[in-house]
Parts: sequence; structure tokens; C-alpha cells
Amino acid sequence: METMIKAQNIKKSYKMGKTRLDVLRGVNLTIEKGRFVAVVGASGSGKSTLLHILGALDRPNSGSVFYQKQDLAGLRWGKLNHFRNKEVGFVFQFYHLLDELTVLENVMAPAMASTSSLGWFSLRSKTRKKAHQLLDRFGLKERLCHKPYELSGGERQRVAIARALINEPPLLLADEPTGNLDSRTGHGILEALKELHGEGQTIIMVTHDERIASQASRVIRLIDGKVQE
Amino acid sequence: MIKWLLAWRYFFKRPISILAITAVTLCVFIVLVVMTVMNGLVRDFKQKNHDYAGDCIIEADSLVGFGYYEDFIDLLLKQSYIEAVSPVAKGVGLLSGPGGVRNIGIEIHGINPILHSQTTNFGQTLHYQKQTVSDVFRPQYAPGRNGCVVGIDLMGFRKPSDGSYYHPDNPIPLELVVNAFPLNIKGGLQRSLDLVSTKSFYYSDDSHSGLVRVDGAVVYVPLEQGQILCGMDVPIKRISSIHIKFKKGVSGRASVGQVRQLWADYAAQNADKPGGDLFANVHVQSWQENRRSVIAPMEKEQTMMTMLFLMLGVITVFIVFVVLYMIISHKSKDIGILKSIGVSISDIIWMFLLFSVFIALIGALLGSAAGWGFLYKVNDIEDWLYEHYEWQLWNRSVYAIGEIPNKVEMDVLAVIIGSTILACMIGATVPSLQAARKKPVQSLQVNQL
Repeated sequence: METMIKAQNIKKSYKMGKTRLDVLRGVNLTIEKGRFVAVVGASGSGKSTLLHILGALDRPNSGSVFYQKQDLAGLRWGKLNHFRNKEVGFVFQFYHLLDELTVLENVMAPAMASTSSLGWFSLRSKTRKKAHQLLDRFGLKERLCHKPYELSGGERQRVAIARALINEPPLLLADEPTGNLDSRTGHGILEALKELHGEGQTIIMVTHDERIASQASRVIRLIDGKVQE
Repeated sequence: MIKWLLAWRYFFKRPISILAITAVTLCVFIVLVVMTVMNGLVRDFKQKNHDYAGDCIIEADSLVGFGYYEDFIDLLLKQSYIEAVSPVAKGVGLLSGPGGVRNIGIEIHGINPILHSQTTNFGQTLHYQKQTVSDVFRPQYAPGRNGCVVGIDLMGFRKPSDGSYYHPDNPIPLELVVNAFPLNIKGGLQRSLDLVSTKSFYYSDDSHSGLVRVDGAVVYVPLEQGQILCGMDVPIKRISSIHIKFKKGVSGRASVGQVRQLWADYAAQNADKPGGDLFANVHVQSWQENRRSVIAPMEKEQTMMTMLFLMLGVITVFIVFVVLYMIISHKSKDIGILKSIGVSISDIIWMFLLFSVFIALIGALLGSAAGWGFLYKVNDIEDWLYEHYEWQLWNRSVYAIGEIPNKVEMDVLAVIIGSTILACMIGATVPSLQAARKKPVQSLQVNQL
């Protein structure tokens, strides 16, 4: 199978006062296109850190991440923004929606980010249509003009997934997507991710819940900063 | 595109924006009002000095004056760029009212009223005889007698309460005695007379130039009478200054240069004549140079006010800086989100700069509107305050102004609005850069804590 993303000997540490905390101690990982991978580990094991590094939101102290054979460390600002905008979609535990924007605008935000003010006028209707479709798919078509703080946790997370998918990124990164939800709502989110995977979407999901991880096609365990499968 | 949308939403949704707009509005309001009033005062003051002096002045340093002026005036009148010329004999003296009481130190200006009105704004400063300047030295109540025009503040025609002027319907019959100290050609007191030259005049009109030092000190008499009083009629007729008005459209600076050259040539030709040494004390000046000593302090005051308002500008920058710093501190998560969806650093910087521009524009527009409204009504407000509380911003007996200048100049307004936008953008620059430099992971994690 074609490799989507590959991590080679990733090391990451944080300074906590005078002490150094080694979070990742040489992570090696290869994820193929079309896989639904769950990264499992105890709290503080470095799962989220690994996900952030894979999504170029953070940089490792050493090691390399190759996305479709391209070293992410070599990307300059413009290409890095393009990577975050077009190649990956993030779903966070705490949703991270923009409170000033409506549900529809939140979903369209990544498309707006990659378009100039003038270019937006030609793309607006197309993007709006796509955002409508996504929100309709996730059962939010009645919530288009609501603000994020007017929604339930499950609804917010579905908006976040729709936002992550608006630019049709090849890779979806989900950081504890059900971690802040009750089990029933979390189940709904998981079903949505599974459905996306069924359509060929590559997904890397971080979770501490073994039951949720078991729903993925592959489970990677992060123990003491290293990968064990 | 997202920078526009978010900047706009931050602007409308953040209550702190209202504080920033209020601060900018107040700054613009204050700057506009004070700059308009100050600029108006300086502009009016300069105009009054220009009106008083004419375009160019040939003036002797000493009270002795200079002679041979008639030929030179003829020469001046032949110049294509000169419209009118007025010789003036000046001296110092004392003015006393009926019974010799109330001796006041005065400046005697001997003028030809017609020539002087053609050259300066003298005719327009009169109250009773604006339309009949040629008869200004013929008192209406006694046409056969020697009349004089008195600076309005010498007449005491002010209401003691608010300092505004009033006039009787007709000139009051009043004999005024002028005592002058005639000087001989060497600068000493003339001994052929009684050391002091005394002459009676009858008040025929008053002159209101708007210049305190002129209105409170100058008494205008006919040129020949002035020369007699000041000892300038013998042995060679002398004057103290020649006021010149240039034709419209000619360059004042170039014309002054030409007059200067004419005078230098004329003085050189006549230097050997008796009294020719007096030419050495004569200078040709533009009206600005001649009135420099009175205009400069006001310009300094204007410069000082401008500096003070630059400080106000710095405060505006600081307020915007603080507001944006607070917003960015509270919007740390948003910056992380924006970076995670691929918004560029430049777009994040522009987003906060646009936010600051919205604050500046709305603040500047509100401040301008409030300032314009206040200025439009400032004189009414002052009148109302005086009527109800007897409080006057500018006492008319102290400040030579008819009313508070309130005409908003469009170029000043444009500079204020432009400066406001620039100041707000400067204030937003550092927080914007700080926001753009934030690492997305840090921004997102900070918010979770």
C-alpha cells in the first residue's frame, strides 16, 4: 500500500523548570493511505505531541516526518501553511471552533484561509454548497447560523469534523475526538469517522480509550515515548 | 478573506473595542477642536497683521525717519507690480482727554487716509466712515475741525462685563489733545518749539484692527499734521515708513526683492544729500518680516500645542496597543486554530491591523463628527455659558478675537484622520507580530488549561 506519512526516530522533549521531560524517545511509524489508525497511550504518554508533529503544528527535536515522501522539516512558511490547509484536517478534543463565526463560517474557514479576498467571490458559492453538504451529512443543517457556544459538545465536534473536511484533505488527524463527550455522543462521532474511513479517508486518531481504539483498523500503542504495536 | 471577516467580527463582538473607539474618538475630538481653534487664531492673527501692514514695508529703525521719500514713491508707482503706496509719519506722544486728564502714551501715525486704505485694510477698520474714508479726518459733528482716528481700545468702547465693543449711533463730540516730542534730523528734541508739540484733534472715528497693540496705542492723524507733530516737516520732509501693496498675482517674495533693490539704488544715489545718512537705518521688509516679533510668539505657541498633541497621539498608540494586547491574550486559542487551518502569518498580522484600522476609522469619524458639531456651536455654547454662568472661554478684553475660530479645514481633518489610522496601526503592530509568532500548539494548549 502507498505510504501516506512516515515518522523516523522522532524525539521530543519539554523543559519543565530545570528538568527535561522526554516525551517522545525515538518514534518510528509508517501509515499507509486509506488506513484508520488509533494511537493509544496513557495520559502524558506523548500521543497528542506525536499527532501535532505529524500535522506540522509542532516540530520534533530530532528525527523526520515524511508526508508522501516530502520531509516536513524542509517546508518553508508558505508551504507549511499549504500543508496545514490542504493536506491535513485537524479535529481537536476541545473542538477549537471560532466563537465569532457561525457554524457555516467555521466550516468554510479553511477554504477562506487559502483564498484571497478577490478570489473568494468566485469560490464562495461553491464552498458554501460544500459546507452545506457536509453539515447536512453530520445532521447540522438546522444549525448553520448558530454560534459554536449555542451548540452541544457533540454538535461542536461534528462541526469541527466538517471543518477539517472542507478542503478534502488526504489525511484527517483527530486528537481525542470523543474525549470531551459522553459515551453516546462519542459513539456517534466514532461512527462518523468510521464512515469517512469507509469512503477511503486516511485517519489518525489519538485516544486513551482502548474500546474506541479497537474500532480502528490499526492500533499503535505509545509506551514510554516509543511505539509498540 | 478570513482576515477581513474575523477582523470585522472581533471589532463588533468585543466590548473592549468600544473602549478603544471611545479613546480614539476623544483624542480626535480634542485634537480637531484645539487644532481648528489654534490654527484659526494664528491664521486670523496673521491676516490682521497683513491687513495692518500691507504687503511690503520700507521702515526706518529710528523715530527720526528718512527724507526724500516723495521721489521714491513716484519711482515705486511706476513699477508694474505695485498697486498702491502709503507714506506714514510715526512718532510717540501723549493723549489727553477733556481738561487734560488721563494722559495715555500713544503712537502717532500720520497718514493719507485714501492712500493708506488702498495699501492696507485701514478703511475697513473704521466704524463710522468705512464708506467715506477720504473724510475720515473731518468729524461729522464739526467738519471744519481737525479730526483724528483713535485706536478703539483708547476710546473705552468695551463692555466691562464680556469685553465686547459697543458704539454710539454717531461719533461723540470729543476734543483730544495730542502732545508729541518732535525730533530733529539728528535725533534730538527740536528746540525751535517748546520741546513738546501740542495739537488738538476732534475724535471723528475709531479704528478696530483686531491687534491689541495697535488698537490700544495708535492715533491716526493727517500725514502733514503727523509730520508737524513729530518734527518731520522741517527742514526736509520726513516719514517713518512706506507701506506698499502689490498687484494681485505677483510673487510677494520676488516683489519685495525688487523693491529692496530699488531702494538700495535710490539710497546710494541720495546718500550724499543732507540727511542722507538716515537711509542707513531704513530696511525693506515683507509684512511677515516686519511683523515677525508679534507673530513669532503665536507661532511658537502653535508649535507647542502641536507637540502636546503629538503626545496625545502617543497615548492613542499606547491605548490601541493595550487593547490589542488584551484581545490577543484572550484570543490565543483563535490564533492557534487559525494556524492549524493554514492561515498565514501575514494574514494574522493583517487581521489585527485591520481590526486597528476599523477602530481608527470609526473613532476618527465619530471624533470628527463630534468635533465638527462642537465647533459649529462653540460660539453659541460660549454665549450660553456667559449668559447663564458669566463664564467666558476667551475674554474679549484680553484676546483680540470677535468670535472663536471654528472653521474646520479639510486638510487638517485629513491629516488628523490619517494620523489616527497610522497611530492605531503602529499601536497594533507589536501585538500583531506577537500574535503571528505564537506557536500553534502553545496557543491551543494554553487555552485548555
